[in-house]
Amino acid sequence: MNTKKFRWVAALAVGVVAAGSMTACSADGGSDGGDKTITYWASNQAPTVERDAEVLQESIDRYTEETGVKVDLEVIPWSDLYNRILTAVSSGEGPDVLNIGNTWAVSLQSSGAFVPWEGDALEAIGGQDRFVQSSFATGGAEGQAPTSVPLYGLAYSLYYNTAMFEAAGITEPPATWEEFVEDAKKLTIDTDGDGQIDQWGVTMAGSSISNNAHQAFVRGLQNGGELYNEDGEPDFGNDGVVAGVKEWVDLMAVDKVVSPSDAESVNGSDMAATFADGQAAMFFDQAPTDNLKSRDFTDYAAAPVPMESADATGLEGTQSHVAGINISVFENSDDKDAAIDFVKHLTSDDEQKYLNESFGALPVVTAAYDDPAFQSEAIKLKQVTLADHAQPMPLYPSEGQMETLVGTAIKDLLASAAQGQSVSEDDVKSALEDAASQMSSGQ
Amino acid sequence: MTVNLLPPAPAEEATPPDRHQAAPLQPAQKRKAHRSPLAYFLVAPAALAELLVHIIPMVLGVWIAFITLNQLSIANWVNAPFVGLRNFVTALDPSSPIAGQLYGALGRTLLFTVIVVAIAWSMGMLGAVLLTSSFKGRGILRTLFLVPYALPSYVGTIAWAFMFNQRDGAINRFLVDDLGILQDRPFWLLGGNSFWAIVIVTAWQFWPFAFLMLLAALQNIPGDVYEAASLDGASLWKQFTQITLPMVKPANAVLLLIMSLWIFNQFNVPYVLFGPASPEQATLISPLIYQQSFNNWNFGLGGAMSVMLLIVLLIASAFYIRMVLPKGQHDD
Repeated sequence: MNTKKFRWVAALAVGVVAAGSMTACSADGGSDGGDKTITYWASNQAPTVERDAEVLQESIDRYTEETGVKVDLEVIPWSDLYNRILTAVSSGEGPDVLNIGNTWAVSLQSSGAFVPWEGDALEAIGGQDRFVQSSFATGGAEGQAPTSVPLYGLAYSLYYNTAMFEAAGITEPPATWEEFVEDAKKLTIDTDGDGQIDQWGVTMAGSSISNNAHQAFVRGLQNGGELYNEDGEPDFGNDGVVAGVKEWVDLMAVDKVVSPSDAESVNGSDMAATFADGQAAMFFDQAPTDNLKSRDFTDYAAAPVPMESADATGLEGTQSHVAGINISVFENSDDKDAAIDFVKHLTSDDEQKYLNESFGALPVVTAAYDDPAFQSEAIKLKQVTLADHAQPMPLYPSEGQMETLVGTAIKDLLASAAQGQSVSEDDVKSALEDAASQMSSGQ
Repeated sequence: MTVNLLPPAPAEEATPPDRHQAAPLQPAQKRKAHRSPLAYFLVAPAALAELLVHIIPMVLGVWIAFITLNQLSIANWVNAPFVGLRNFVTALDPSSPIAGQLYGALGRTLLFTVIVVAIAWSMGMLGAVLLTSSFKGRGILRTLFLVPYALPSYVGTIAWAFMFNQRDGAINRFLVDDLGILQDRPFWLLGGNSFWAIVIVTAWQFWPFAFLMLLAALQNIPGDVYEAASLDGASLWKQFTQITLPMVKPANAVLLLIMSLWIFNQFNVPYVLFGPASPEQATLISPLIYQQSFNNWNFGLGGAMSVMLLIVLLIASAFYIRMVLPKGQHDD
């Protein structure tokens, strides 16, 4: 049996025996015959994967025309992407180029399965200086050559329904968390008088693991707590993080400004749907504009995420993680040159303008910002957030596990709150400490 | 004399099985002498497939349980560090939250299996008994009953996930809006009810299998046995307990074993209903292994849990086969 087959069988073993089920993948990389073809796994940025494919195909067509290299595109939903990458890493059979959530960059870097962006490879895509530096910094652990480069830049903002604000007599978006909760209470009302609340102050995706983890990170920092201590050990149960997570869960448990039904909501895109349906007045999201546009909803504006105090700076002034999507080249690619060339194409100034405008995201190369498409208030707001009020998620290899464990802990807390159980500070603390201890036993 | 004459008769009767056994032996021995390379050649593809599909993955799975396999070692997993029994210790150490989850999931899965097998078996038996007697429309009903089993597991479960939705699922609409039995809309996919959600969906999925197996078994019971029983004045219930149940016992024994093993390993239903992380009250053992392996990137630990699960199921199955399954002489 040759090595390749042996590795493939082993990938099967990981799936079948270790998990009892398997998320298989078998993408052929590389070229065959005269026609060069590379495979590309894209993440889901648009309201539907079909729309993603449409947008990307246009860019790919330009690339194929220019170079003659064909690109076999697959858009993978977020719920599957991580597993697909893992299976690809373990089997050594994967795409040539792939998108990753930038918070996974360090975890995936440590697997050694991706081409480091240094020397010629980095030169080929125009060097580090072309990129927005805060985004570029998410590409890998500090002091190591990154194994991913930014593709789309994102940051959290507060989206609010302007008509509802006006009706409630609120003139300005909330700047502090206290004001935010106060406004949310004003906006939580029974509009048709049937005794049931049908307009909620805030909507959230309570079962979305990654959204929950992002909130733990941002709210934790605002309250002076970091998810990892100075030695890089997980420290989820510290006072700051507990206070931050409690604030988040309290929106549903204590302030009652979030519908309990939201605890079941798995996808971040559910929030935009609820918001556009007029069932909620505010939500935090990274790039919902395309989604809202597809629902013909325009009565909204964006504002910075509220902080504990309006003038907070430094870590306590964090409003978002440096969010975004990065792009990597698979080390086992049969045609690394073509793969790197394709990354160069996607990160070129023109494609950056096209792609980020299509997806409502921020370009990751500074030159693209001159384009009129990125002069809107909302984009400027995100630029300011990324420049002054964003921190990268912890750049440790275990970041991926951290997101899962913390996100799941918060999901369970929200589930308790949704069922009318009270969630005390001790409950939050013990849930987070449990998560931390599970993480250390896995190392 | 008669007393002396009688014993040889049973002895005579006992010989046929021996002859039966002896008869096939001779050609077998002949064949042994003439065994050609062609035989090996013909068996080779099947043996190779078995090796590739079953044996090697299983051996690798067991091996994974003894190494540290996470994101650091997965790309080069052949050289992943060997840690002996550490993964097993982590999974079993009562002071760790992981072991707490494992013990909880084991107990819950046992309870889940018992309840689901009981429901699926009862419904299958009821359906089979009702559809044994012929009446108009029996064919249609038989087909209809098989739908949940014929439907791909994911499709059926996704439909249930929509129905269980708290805000606007069909079940809450029916219970709260239409019937008014409940005041508040309960959550079916969160908290305690989530356990019953997987019980309902799994039982729904498996009862047609029980129905099918039992129907086949029931049709092997000669009708005159029932006729004789009714002539003797046996009630329907008596006929069921005294004739039907004993007559389908061999089929039942196998059916219960297979269903229990499948249901104990249930993965699809919780995964589709809850996504990668099940609510604590509904975490079964297979999804827990998945969570440890794929969500937490801890394949070694997941592997250790799998191996322990395998051992538990092997012991239980071996015990069951010895105790319950029909003995060897009925095998042929």
